[in-house]
Amino acid sequence: MPTTTIDSHDIHVDDEGFMTQYDEWTQDLGTALAAQIGVEMSPEHWKAIHFLRSDFPEHGETPTLRRVATVGGIPTKQLFMLFPKKPAKKMAYIAGLPKPRGCV
Amino acid sequence: MITTETAPIIPSFGEEDSGRKLAIICSKGNLDMAYPGLILANAALGEGVETHLFFTFWGFDMINKKTMDDLKFTMLGNTATHLPQGLGGLPGMTSMATHQMKKSIEEIGVPEVPEFLQQIVDSGGHLWACRMSADMQHLEAEDLYDEVEAIISASDFIEKTDGAQLLFI
Repeated sequence: MPTTTIDSHDIHVDDEGFMTQYDEWTQDLGTALAAQIGVEMSPEHWKAIHFLRSDFPEHGETPTLRRVATVGGIPTKQLFMLFPKKPAKKMAYIAGLPKPRGCV
Repeated sequence: MITTETAPIIPSFGEEDSGRKLAIICSKGNLDMAYPGLILANAALGEGVETHLFFTFWGFDMINKKTMDDLKFTMLGNTATHLPQGLGGLPGMTSMATHQMKKSIEEIGVPEVPEFLQQIVDSGGHLWACRMSADMQHLEAEDLYDEVEAIISASDFIEKTDGAQLLFI
């Protein structure tokens, strides 16, 4: 498993760069990860990321976009505005989680 | 002194505007055949692909307000159920099979057709209705799901989806 350094944080990642250790994540690191992919975090962004972080241990997998919208209560349209083009993968990356595996 | 620094591993989220487009023609009105187009459209939108759906012939049932909530699944003519074909013709079998399929779909958190269409629109997808199908069934825009952008001809759809990859379902 490769390791990489983001903004002086050493982290374990998969081949693509998604974090593999849930506990290595901190909010500061989340900000740094977001900056790497051109996302500037606002309270709305954090609401989504915190939902991903709390849902993952409960559910055992990264929530899909639909789950963030229906269970997390953040409308789909807003998620596309906050994390343009590929919201599900971008959120997973910033939250330090694997890519969602669900189809819908 | 020369120091070498390894570049951090960051996933690629693609080009800002790749220009990739997907056109999906939905021509079936059975419950089981409504889903492939919806699922692929949703997946494409989640990957930042501009997506257009064209509803034609029986696919009109997916956007007709009268039928969109009530698509059915039948065992008849579908050998993939691996049950005797004669069973499918018994009274009540289609509604039982439909109920069963809807339950399985709901259990994995996938929405029913109208809600799925809304999700696709909220994700930036475009819904178009086929002119010829509307004329054949004597339907107007107000008979169709509100998020359908317009009733257009096949040639208009081909024009709108210039350069797109195309799926016929």
